[in-house]
Amino acid sequence: MATSSVSKVSGRRGCVSGYAVDVPLAHSAPPPPAQLRPLPLPPALDGFFLSLCPRLVASSLAEGAEGWGSQGCFVFKPDFKRKKISFPIADYFNEGESLSEDSKLRFDTCQLLWQQMKSEAEELQEELNKNLFDKLIEFLEKSHLEFRKKSTNWNYQIKSREIPTAALVLGVNVTDHDLTFKGLTAMLRDTITPYVVSLQAKECPDVKHLLQKLASQVMGCHIDMESTEEEEEECVQLSQKKMHYSMAFLSTWYRNVTQKKGSESVNKKITSSSQWKKSPPIVIILKDIESFSTKVLQDFIIISSQYLHQLPIVLVLGIATSPIIIHRLLPHAVSFLCIELLQSLSCKEHLAKLLDKLLLTTRFPFKLNEKALQVLINIFLYHDFSVQNFIKGLQLAILEHFYSQPLSILCCDLPEVKRRIHSLSEDQCESIRRLPSFMRYVEKQTPEKQVASLTNERFLKEQTMRFLEELHIYHENFFIVLKCLHAFTSSLPKYPLGRQIRELYCACLEKNIWESQEYEPALQLLRMLAKDELMAILHKCVEVFRSSPGKQLGSTAEKLKEFLAQFQSLEETESNEEENGSGSQQKGLQKTDLYHLQKSLLEMKELRSSNKKQTKFEVQRDKVVDMIDNLVRKYLFPPDTQTLYEVVYFTGAHTLREHLNAAPRIALHTALNNPYHYLKNQALKSEDDSIPNVAPDICIAYKLHLECSRLINVVDWSEAFATVVTAAEETDPNSTASEEIKEIIHARFIRAVSELELLGFIKPTKQKTDHVARLTWGGC
Amino acid sequence: MSGVQSRVSPSPWVTSRATLVASWLRTRAVLREWTLPPTLKFSGLGRFGEVLGAQCLAPRETLIVMSHLKQQKVKMLEVQFVGDDDVLNHILDKEEEYLKNGCVASGGNKVYSFQTRKKPEKMAELAYEIAKTSGKSVPLICKNTEKMASTPQSSKKQSTSEKDQLKSDEKNEFLSTPYRLRKRLTAVSTFPSDTESEYSDSNSEDDKGIKQEEEKISEVLMDQKRLTKHSSLSSSSCKKVSAKKMKKDTTTDLVEEYFEAHSSSKVLTSDRTLQKLKRTKLDQQTLHNLLSKFSPPFSAELKQLNEQYERLFHKWMLQLHLGFNIVLYGLGSKKELLEKFRASMLQDSVHVVINGFFPGITVKSILNSITEEILEHMGTFRSVLDQLDWIINRFKDDSSLELFLLIHNLDSQMLRGDKSQQILGQLSSLPKIYLIASIDHINAPLMWDHSKQSLYNWLWYETTTYRPYTEETSYENSLLVQQCGTLALSSLIHVFRSLTPNARGIFRLLIKYQLENEENPSYIGLSFQDFYQQCREAFLVNSDLTLRAQLTEFRDHKLLRTKKGTDGVEYLLIPIDTGTLSDFLEKEDKEA
Repeated sequence: MATSSVSKVSGRRGCVSGYAVDVPLAHSAPPPPAQLRPLPLPPALDGFFLSLCPRLVASSLAEGAEGWGSQGCFVFKPDFKRKKISFPIADYFNEGESLSEDSKLRFDTCQLLWQQMKSEAEELQEELNKNLFDKLIEFLEKSHLEFRKKSTNWNYQIKSREIPTAALVLGVNVTDHDLTFKGLTAMLRDTITPYVVSLQAKECPDVKHLLQKLASQVMGCHIDMESTEEEEEECVQLSQKKMHYSMAFLSTWYRNVTQKKGSESVNKKITSSSQWKKSPPIVIILKDIESFSTKVLQDFIIISSQYLHQLPIVLVLGIATSPIIIHRLLPHAVSFLCIELLQSLSCKEHLAKLLDKLLLTTRFPFKLNEKALQVLINIFLYHDFSVQNFIKGLQLAILEHFYSQPLSILCCDLPEVKRRIHSLSEDQCESIRRLPSFMRYVEKQTPEKQVASLTNERFLKEQTMRFLEELHIYHENFFIVLKCLHAFTSSLPKYPLGRQIRELYCACLEKNIWESQEYEPALQLLRMLAKDELMAILHKCVEVFRSSPGKQLGSTAEKLKEFLAQFQSLEETESNEEENGSGSQQKGLQKTDLYHLQKSLLEMKELRSSNKKQTKFEVQRDKVVDMIDNLVRKYLFPPDTQTLYEVVYFTGAHTLREHLNAAPRIALHTALNNPYHYLKNQALKSEDDSIPNVAPDICIAYKLHLECSRLINVVDWSEAFATVVTAAEETDPNSTASEEIKEIIHARFIRAVSELELLGFIKPTKQKTDHVARLTWGGC
Repeated sequence: MSGVQSRVSPSPWVTSRATLVASWLRTRAVLREWTLPPTLKFSGLGRFGEVLGAQCLAPRETLIVMSHLKQQKVKMLEVQFVGDDDVLNHILDKEEEYLKNGCVASGGNKVYSFQTRKKPEKMAELAYEIAKTSGKSVPLICKNTEKMASTPQSSKKQSTSEKDQLKSDEKNEFLSTPYRLRKRLTAVSTFPSDTESEYSDSNSEDDKGIKQEEEKISEVLMDQKRLTKHSSLSSSSCKKVSAKKMKKDTTTDLVEEYFEAHSSSKVLTSDRTLQKLKRTKLDQQTLHNLLSKFSPPFSAELKQLNEQYERLFHKWMLQLHLGFNIVLYGLGSKKELLEKFRASMLQDSVHVVINGFFPGITVKSILNSITEEILEHMGTFRSVLDQLDWIINRFKDDSSLELFLLIHNLDSQMLRGDKSQQILGQLSSLPKIYLIASIDHINAPLMWDHSKQSLYNWLWYETTTYRPYTEETSYENSLLVQQCGTLALSSLIHVFRSLTPNARGIFRLLIKYQLENEENPSYIGLSFQDFYQQCREAFLVNSDLTLRAQLTEFRDHKLLRTKKGTDGVEYLLIPIDTGTLSDFLEKEDKEA
């Protein structure tokens, strides 16, 4: 009872005061009179109450928690007198078995890899945001120029009614916005002004709250900046008074602070433009402009525009939809804004860059197989466009890979692999031998070698090392060629091999790309490229080679450069030729009439087709295309052809889908309709997808209710249920002695019905007596 | 080809034919198009004949139509040329409607699709057939649930779209129609006219409505008969519909069927009530006693299933520590499973168990237990948001703090509100707060939009346990379960004790009056004026304002309900059953 007596306080308070706080949204049925029951008991009455409710007592005692049922929250604290044993997370990694050195190493590798990938992703995000932020800073510097000069001319006074506003169009992936804003706030604090306020719609139901938040955040920043004690005290006093915040108050405060600052030495952090030092602007970030109510925004903007000559306010609006929303939200107040539109990078490009940094590189050994990657990409494309969620999926994939694949211990850098291979245990060697890809390899070997690799541990380790090195080289080449191929095919009309590199990558992971239907047409299109296009592509390819660290395809790079040089020289000679050629042709065509013209054209056509004389450029172009074709055939075969690919490729696509993109309704439906799917009992098995009458009660009740339309008569339902259940128990339904059994069956029916109600299939209705309403449709 | 749009004056023949067609189609949209305007739009005579013939008419009848139309054509006043596209669209529209109605005729057996059929007798029949074949599966249901059965497979591959299912649907529609028809015929014959009175319209007890309904059904039957004769013909016409068009149809189908299901106010169900059956409502106690006598089957399989989930505990701990939160879904109570998880994994860490199904739970009480008991803060907070901010700051400052939250039924009535979810989401997004929760409602995932989902950072785990929702439903006031009143009594006592002596007296007066009128069936409450008079006489109040103030307090605690009578006078009623009230009085008297 010790715990419950401690916990009671919270439960009671919550109940008494909680009614008004939380009104349930869905199922708008008025709260039943039974709402009274939650009011819990004073401690003294506890025993009394429990004696009245033996059922609850029974269940609560069984579960070892006292007072169950009289309140909702139970706090459990471990005994702190006993020394707290801190469990490292790694303990959970190995299914709770005693922690072996191996699994600890595996977990550490996993964590290290994830941290590296995460920081890489963060860096990328920063880099991508930089462009946007630079523009924003530029905009901030332009705004409030006059304010800083303290100009008093009339023109300025008029103009100063307009609040400088930056509208950031960030796209629909709302979940990614938080990071952007976080970065933005930090950056602004560091470079421009300490007074950065970020507001969310849910914090500001009305203007009063908005101003309160605004003032407290602005002054809060101030406290952070100043370290002198007296100042702090003053500020604390201010906030303790819980004063009435208003713009006027804020502006006097601002004047005080800036004047004081003017004399003092200014914070060292802010280094940019010196004019800001005297009067740093107040940047107000409204994170989700769409969720703000029109009235609040409108009032706030009108108020702040009045104070604009005292407070240098700058607004930053985060927009998820389109800039039109500003006009729709603020039909009147928009004239007080001086808006500058800034666009962030689209989430698709962000994803492409992310893939390039994290997966299409040999920096990180971990890879996803085709299906797993497809799952993550599908979630991205069809559900949320959120890069953050993609990264989360990647994290889960890494975790699952290291958790489920014991050989993932070798999924690390090459030098590290060497060390680890030496210390491989016998079990681990055995699991290498059991890998399908390794078995495939062994089968192809000569008998002596087969024996050696299956029995000789040292030989096996050498082989493993060799394979992993080969895998590394394979990846190096794979990504270079993939990027080159993408450079070639991404600009083709209709994008036969996909527009984004991820599509091409998925196709290459799946099977030999050159065997796909789209490959041949793509090559044919390539053979028709114009020279300038081709040269641009070649430049790109050379760039790819230059940026990649590996030196595997050195000769190809040389070859590419050669081609480029040849094309350039061709250009010069050809330009001369073209001039000559065109000149002569024009001469020939000038004098003819229509008939002659057609005739001569026909002749020319024949001449060309018979000769089929290719220009030098065409010959070169074919050579380039052939070269690419060869490269593709040589290097772009899918990873599952590689021996030991299982070590680095994550293959559990279904786990990803199950845990990230679950379908609770379908699971419920399956459980209700086909219990055999979960309970492997032959009695429940049915060939034709119906359910037998021995199925769990709720399944039978569910099945019967499917036969009804909007309303269900409970009596009919109950009788139908009883018919089924009695048949299952093979008792004589006519015997009167079984009154008790009937009662039990009725009770079971009641339980099944209330469970269906809990699950949301039915609800009580007052349309007709003893009826319930169905909440789903169809089913029969 | 260009179609001819002809304007024909309505002839008696056309209208009668049209009503027949319309009654079969049963779609008001079609009705409008075929009968209401005086102009009949035919697009291309040949095509029209084909469509019409394919839809409902015997070949001979088609011929008649066509010849008739030819005659009409001679007298035609206007001939309009319309584009091929219009013609095609028109034909496709027709076929669409046809197909849709085909769906309806065979029951529209989609997972949660809409349905329009009224068949009160269906359930009993099904039950009878399930029962008949004991221990064996029943082939009957398979017809009804072909669609349903296909979902288990699709649960694996969710994306193997509806298109395939639709195609298969299309095929067996025509196969099952004759069967359906037989069912219908027998159904009607087994319920002769004298039992008709058993069935009444649910919304208006209108005999006329029933008759119309019956007529409608018989008409439908006739048409269905005709349809089955020519089912081969119709299926051939169906194939002409391009796949693309079909895809479009499914959405419009769903939408239209929804409105059809909800616009028709007549739902035919039997009038029987529980009272006639002499099945009294059980209270929680007897219900529980009865159920304890029944041992659920398949315990071995259930155990196996649960062991399978228990093996995941370590993985859950790992994933919780790595920043994910875990949500469990699937049929069956997950309380025991979570309890086991708590017992085996959380013994050495601070954790809070939250019973979401408890009717008095609020976010505030959850936050209170965190601030007061875990962070040991004794102050109060102005608002829930302030409290949340405070907690977040504490957790940020003190990195040694760790907290596990176990929430049973995160989707319960009290917690499913937007604000509650937002706050819980923000709590769970803290790196040192680990949340593991269960959901049961079919629409539970609708609580979370993208931003909330990213706050929660869920990993979903399916844990279908088939365990009865004993605790969860014990608070639900099901219509079949009589309120035992014990909880009401305890809360009544609790509130009563916090009142001033005068207020207690007032309330006692009201209780007594209500108990006196226990037997009176037309008792609607004590009128305010009478009550005031009584209170004055007992020296409990001195003005009606003070009385009103007291009543407001009762009302806030839901101990009182006021109702305007027909004479405009306010009547006061205690919404608690008499048994509980008399228990309460007895107890109070004893105490005093």
